This record gives sequence, C-alpha cells and structure tokens, in this order.
Amino acid sequence: MDTYLRRTAMWYGGVGLLTAQVLRSLALPPKYFRLVVVEIEVMGVRSLGVALTASIFTGMVFALQSAVNMARFGAENYVGPLVALAILRELGPVLTAILVGGKVASGITAELGSMKVTEQIDALRSLGVNHIKRLIVPRVLAALVVFPLLTTLADFLGVLGGMLVMFAERGADMYAYLNTTTYWVIPRDFLMGIGKSVFFGAIITLVGCYNGLDTEGGTEGLGRATTATVVHVTMGVIVSDFFLTKLFIILLWPAR
Amino acid sequence: MTDAAALVEVIDVRKAFEAVEVLKGVSLRLDKGETLVVMGGSGSGKTVLLRLIDGLLHPDGGSIRLFGTAIERLSEDELLPLRRRLGYVFQGAALFDSLTVEENVAFPLAEHTSVGEREIRERVLRFLSLVGLQERVLPLLPSELSGGMRKRVGIARALIGQPDVLLFDEPTAGLDPTNSKLVGELISELGSEVCDTSIVVTHDLELTKTVADRVAVLIQGRFAALGRLDDVLSSRDADVQAFLSGEARQ
Repeated sequence: MDTYLRRTAMWYGGVGLLTAQVLRSLALPPKYFRLVVVEIEVMGVRSLGVALTASIFTGMVFALQSAVNMARFGAENYVGPLVALAILRELGPVLTAILVGGKVASGITAELGSMKVTEQIDALRSLGVNHIKRLIVPRVLAALVVFPLLTTLADFLGVLGGMLVMFAERGADMYAYLNTTTYWVIPRDFLMGIGKSVFFGAIITLVGCYNGLDTEGGTEGLGRATTATVVHVTMGVIVSDFFLTKLFIILLWPAR
Repeated sequence: MTDAAALVEVIDVRKAFEAVEVLKGVSLRLDKGETLVVMGGSGSGKTVLLRLIDGLLHPDGGSIRLFGTAIERLSEDELLPLRRRLGYVFQGAALFDSLTVEENVAFPLAEHTSVGEREIRERVLRFLSLVGLQERVLPLLPSELSGGMRKRVGIARALIGQPDVLLFDEPTAGLDPTNSKLVGELISELGSEVCDTSIVVTHDLELTKTVADRVAVLIQGRFAALGRLDDVLSSRDADVQAFLSGEARQ
C-alpha cells in the first residue's frame, strides 16, 4: 500500500513538474514552430476519421433514444435542444478527448518511451538540445490547437446526426427542429465544451509525454507505459470533466 | 584544490541508486591532449561516471568541473552550452531512428548554427569520410546499418560540432574483432585530426593498449589504479591484476 501511494504521489508530482517545465519553456525558437505544424498534422488530420465517425453516430443514437422516451411525455419537440446541449457541453469534447486522446497519448508515450530506452533523449541532451522545448512543448501547443478544432467539428456532426435521425426516423420538420434548437442553445453552451477541450488537450499530451519520459525497463516497460497512458488519459478526462464543468458554470453562468 | 588547466576534473564524486552505492568517492583529472581510459567490469560504474561528467546525472556528493565550471548545481539550461563542448558517443550509438544518417550527423549543426544546407552537407561528408563511411550511406536509416556502421555514424555526429573533449562509452562493445580494431584505430587517429582529448570507458584491454595515455581501473566504486598505461599494467594491486587477467569477481 505504501509503495502504491508513493508511486502515485511521484506520478502526480512528476506530471506537475513537467507542466512547470513546459510553462517555462513556452518561448520556442522560430525553427521549432515547424514541429508544431507537423504535430498538428499527426494529431489532428490523422484523427479526423475516428472523431467524426464517433460524433455523428453518438448524435444519431442520442436522438433516437431521446425521441422514443420523450414522446411518452409529449416532449418530442425538445429532442433538438436536448441533443445539441448534450453534444456541445459534454459528449463532443469528452468523447473526442477520450477517443482521440487515447490514440494520440499512447502514440506519444510509445515514441518518447522508445527514445528513452534507446538513449535517444540522452543523446539530444548531450548534444546541448533542450529536450522539453524540442519534444514536449510542440506537442502540447499542437494539442491546444487540435482538440478545440476537432471538438468543433465533432459538435457540428453530432448535432447534424441527431437532426438527420429525427428527420428520417421520426418525420420531424427540419425547420422546426432547427428553430427549437437555436432558441434553447446559446453560444455559451458551445464555449463551455470548447473551453474544456483546451484543458483536455493539455492533460492528454502532458500525461502521454510524462509516461514516455518516465519509461523504464526496456520494451516490456514501454508496453506497460503505453497501456497505463490509455488508462490515465481516460480517467484524467472523466475526472477533470467534473471539475471543469463546475469551473465553466461559475465562469459562464455566474448567477446560478 | 582545482586545476585551472584541466578540461575535466572529478573530485571525490559519489553516486548511489536506491541503496546501491555505485561510485564511492572517485577523483580524476583530464588535461588537454590526453586520452584517459576508464576500465572496469560490467556494473562497475564506468558509464555512470561518464554520464555524471556530461551532466546527464547529478552526483550525490563531490564536485565535477568542466572547463573550470562546477556543474553539479547547474540547471539543465545552464548545462546545455557546456555539453556542446563535449562529444558523447553512446554505447548503442543512440542515433535518432526516424532520421537518416545525413540528418543524424547534421543534427548538431542544424540545431546550433546558422550554417547553410550546402555547407552542412559538405561537413557531413567530410566527417563521415573521417570515420570511414561513404556518401551512399547518407539516405539510409539507422535500422539499415550494421552495428559497426552505427558506431561510426555516432562518432561522426559527436565530432561534427568540433568538441573540446570526446566521451566514448564502450566503443567496441558488441563489435566483432575486426570492427573493434578499426574503431580503436579511428579513436587514435582522431587525436591528431579533430579532437585530441578524450575519455574512453571500456572493459576491452586491446582497445586500452591502442588508445590510452593514462588508465584508471574502477573496482567496487573506487579507482584501484590510476596512472600511465605501463604503470597500471604492471600494478602490484591484487584486484587490478585480477581484473586485467580476467579473474576478477564483480
């Protein structure tokens, strides 16, 4: 139990120290911005399929389930805002973070972990290169761009998926559906989800990078670190989602 | 007492990992123009000593001075300019596996200088030819090279920044006798052509005889012998003789 607690404390301390190092190293030399662009391509463009497929089907199934149940109370007209609010505030950012985050973070851990066990990170340091600036900061900056963009696209497709199902399955009037949705949903609902996605992006990359840099024990250790990253990222997103929701409610709806 | 003329000075350095004390008070000095070979069995702390000198590890006690600057309390950012004056050749070469040979060797110049692409390519070719490699290896990835070629590319990468001191970690480990001999000759030749000061960590007696000006024998965390090659080889210390004759128990 003692060992487990010590390891857990060291992990949180290590992620905290890495975050502080990243914040201190944010001023990148111009040539490293090329690395940020490369990372945006790796994280964002190559994750589009996963994020968008998940979001459109989530919107569709959410609308289908809601329509059947809300019809029992004569509230089927409110499926539009219900789907949109759920997607914009929660499902869009959280699902994107878990699905894309798991993929991105485990990839980062595998790459950095492999560099660690083959002494490539020590080689960088010995060549006088700041490895935090070269390997970590570009990934964190890329994630701060990629996750809000992916979440915006996921939001749009999720809402669209819900609308298509209501039209095709329940014969809803598209104009009325959109009208009710835009009446109840306001920009702050969208901003809440986007705000969360920025934090999720930072959490995902920092956890992925820390677990990679902390890899020990050769290829077996690399496997353990990669698996641990998927678990840490999923739990990190779910747990932080509660606190971020609370924070954004205070910030965006101060009267409540 | 510190010596201003020494490029590297290690003073009573101690290092432990958990409960295992690897170095128990080690001291050495490296002057310009000499090659010091640190010998010792597997797990004797040779690589730890080299990593301490490069600032990749921090000592638990004692002091390490590089070019007159004590490094044990320096931050990572403060260490970077000092590390650029050292060239570290890793045991497994530690080449960047997603970069080609050309990109690996050019890496220090691309990172730290504003030298143009043509000039970088010329220097890469010059240093590759110095380590006995030809232009055709430029587009290859490290995974496409033999162990001996990887070592040579690692040496070229360490040399291209024209360091003041070279640090070699087991340069002949994992190589066949022919390649080991070639690497030994290469290290000797470098002394007259590019970098005349180096620390070589090895357990290879043949390599030591080829390159050493002075030799230190690390046994159980301490130097059991440190001096001119002939003096160490003729040492009467039982542990040193047991190590040199291959009878030592680690």
